[in-house]
Amino acid sequence: MLSELPLFPVGASTIAPQVDALYLFMVGLALFFSVLIAGLIVYFAIRYRRRAPDEIGVAATGGLILETAWSVIPLVIVLFIFVWGAAVFFAMARPPADTLTIYVVGKQWMWKFQHAAGQQEINELHVPVGRPVKILMTSQDVIHDLFVPAFRVKADVLPGRYTTLWFEATRTGQYRLFCAEYCGTKHSGMTGWVYVMEPHEYQAWLAGGVTGSLASSGEKLFQDLACNTCHLPDTQGRGPMLHNLFGSTVLLATGEKVVADESYLRESILTPRARLTAGFEPLMPTFQGLVSEEDVLQLVEYIKTLKK
Amino acid sequence: MKDYLNATYGLKSWLLTRDHKRIALLYLASVTLFFFVGGAFAVMVRLELATPPADLMQPETYNKMFTMHGVAMVFFFLIPAIPAVLGNWLIPVMIGARDLAFPKLNLASWYIFMLGGLFTLWAMVTGGVDTGWTFYTPYSSAFSNTHVVTAALGIFIAGFASILTGLNFIVTIHRMRAPGMTWFRLPLFVWSHYATSLIMVLGTPVIAITILLVAAERAFGLGLFDPARGGDPVLFQHLFWFYSHPAVYIMVLPAMGVVSELVAAFSRKPVFGYAFVAFASLAIAVIGFLVWGHHMFVSSQSVYAAMIFSVLSFLVAVPSAVKVFNWTATLYRGSISYDTPMLYAFGFIGLFTIGGLTGLFLATLGIDVHVTDTYFIVAHFHYIMFGGTIMGYLGGLHYWWPKMTGRLYPEGWAKLGALTIFLGFNLTFFPQFVLGYLGMPRRYAAYPEEFQVLNVMSSAGATILGAGYLIPMIYFIWSLRYGRIAGPNPWGAVGLEWTTPSPPPTDNFEKTPIVTQPAYAYHLLERA
Repeated sequence: MLSELPLFPVGASTIAPQVDALYLFMVGLALFFSVLIAGLIVYFAIRYRRRAPDEIGVAATGGLILETAWSVIPLVIVLFIFVWGAAVFFAMARPPADTLTIYVVGKQWMWKFQHAAGQQEINELHVPVGRPVKILMTSQDVIHDLFVPAFRVKADVLPGRYTTLWFEATRTGQYRLFCAEYCGTKHSGMTGWVYVMEPHEYQAWLAGGVTGSLASSGEKLFQDLACNTCHLPDTQGRGPMLHNLFGSTVLLATGEKVVADESYLRESILTPRARLTAGFEPLMPTFQGLVSEEDVLQLVEYIKTLKK
Repeated sequence: MKDYLNATYGLKSWLLTRDHKRIALLYLASVTLFFFVGGAFAVMVRLELATPPADLMQPETYNKMFTMHGVAMVFFFLIPAIPAVLGNWLIPVMIGARDLAFPKLNLASWYIFMLGGLFTLWAMVTGGVDTGWTFYTPYSSAFSNTHVVTAALGIFIAGFASILTGLNFIVTIHRMRAPGMTWFRLPLFVWSHYATSLIMVLGTPVIAITILLVAAERAFGLGLFDPARGGDPVLFQHLFWFYSHPAVYIMVLPAMGVVSELVAAFSRKPVFGYAFVAFASLAIAVIGFLVWGHHMFVSSQSVYAAMIFSVLSFLVAVPSAVKVFNWTATLYRGSISYDTPMLYAFGFIGLFTIGGLTGLFLATLGIDVHVTDTYFIVAHFHYIMFGGTIMGYLGGLHYWWPKMTGRLYPEGWAKLGALTIFLGFNLTFFPQFVLGYLGMPRRYAAYPEEFQVLNVMSSAGATILGAGYLIPMIYFIWSLRYGRIAGPNPWGAVGLEWTTPSPPPTDNFEKTPIVTQPAYAYHLLERA
């Protein structure tokens, strides 16, 4: 019976013990105050029960010290929790520098993961143990949310932009993956499994049955869509040179500067005029509606590989 | 003697009444209807969740069930229940006035509320709506093919009833107080309704505009929230929660007001730290407007915005804690009786404490990421809205029922009902905290098998809870005819409402009372 009644989830990521420690501290705190209040209520209710029908309570006065105490003490406690919680949150929000990036497109009602090596999988995600993994996510329709309870992480997957989620799995095994943001009829079917594997097993898995890497698919698209007629490997093209673009700082026509991250590349493909590079004419057509989110991810991955 | 119930007869005398007490009873009938509508949907939800697969109903049906449960309960029960029923009935009586400042506007509010309710009921009976009560875009505005616009228009219309009620209360409390009824002699029930009214007047227009924007995108294809049309889906969440988080305080502040009255009356002593409790209401109302972003910690907002919203959410917890400590301290050296309203007050304090403390988990950034959108959230807000608002509402209804109707309800049955509801509630919702941390997402028609035992516990609790509700429903109706005559002051309580006959005359008082004492002046009774 007890095996059918789990009370605490398995933890399988570097962040999980941090979340659990904070959670258990909070459970202790909540228990302390709940028992304190409930205990006082029961004690007072019995100790000061009405003994005669016309009995009157004794009015209490001069509670300023008490009032100050029970305002300031909770304030100090909650500020302490805030700082602790924010520290854990920062660790969740900031992926380490060298991560394995995996792409996901959420759509009603499935998860489509794409690995840089070219492996694609639906509602399943294979990752190596002991290596930070960053998931770059977007949605093709409504808002979804990628949630892996064993890793204690989740993040909304939004249409029209990229969001990220990172984790480092610490235990091999099979863990549930959910969509946590209500997304319509088969929301509860938008679930799957994360398989955490030993690195060599992961490499073997990556190599199996793949036609071409994500970047090579992107390269083919780059030619099919005739991107290469304007974006030349030198500075002579009508569009900006894309070599060494990823991660660099781009000067815009407005004088602003942006870092060319995945979101910027995506926006520049779909709505090129939104943030035009300085020195270039707004000649590029929009690709909104012409390419799917998966195509965009392939193009982005290809552009990321362009280095001199 | 003529009282407000038998002063005039006939349906017309009720449907065209300007008496705040009769309008309150019209609201009582309406919100009770919506409560049972919302409750019926909850029964369907819990029945489906008794087994892991979506076997009782199709997922699309299940999605409509939890949506309509939320819409009916939040917009047509929890928000109006205490203000429009108890507040409407009591505020003029408590401050020694003959009516609210704008009696016709008060009646108009009820008609507007009913019109909104009919729109939403119409949406429900013609096929329902499946967006969740939160109407997140772009699902609601561009993808759902259910009756979103009709249901949302009902909420839009009902919002005006809320605004007008808030306006009426604010003007009444400012302008209609009896001679000697200074601000710091007001019962805390009135203070909490004043704070609630501020939120109603300032917050409700925002949800009204937001609903219109969703309708505009859905009906006319304007690109507001759907990125495919150039909109921003997260903008909706900001607008929605700018109202809907303060709306939580619309639901719970009046219940806090009720509990202050109950604790004082059944301890027979003034509420400890009166001024602190009064100002805590205002602090909650003001800070409550600045915390909406805590619903969006995982929705891609910047980490710095998340930190600001987190710290502000912790700050709003402090005045709530202050209230709990003050109520508890009020019991100290009181003359405590265990009448049914006091049992509900005890229940409120205990359950609201759990609801508030679990709210701290959600304000904590590092924990919220894991538990948001899971059953932990569902458990937390039911502890606040049910453990808080509904316990307060039922406590208040029992406390003032003799005043409203002139009849006492059967005490033994009432205690049984209170106990059943308390046990059923905890069995229903406590397992959901565990489910949430285990990672069960909310709004799932089907769920993994390892979550079944806890879900069965929850569904079993809901059965007890459902039965618990029928008990007061039956004996309240029974008492209208067969209950013992209550007399003006069955509890030996102080407060202007207990100085007038039960039920009171249409004008509330024979002559305008003159107030010479602070609220809850039990300690002055003996000397007099």
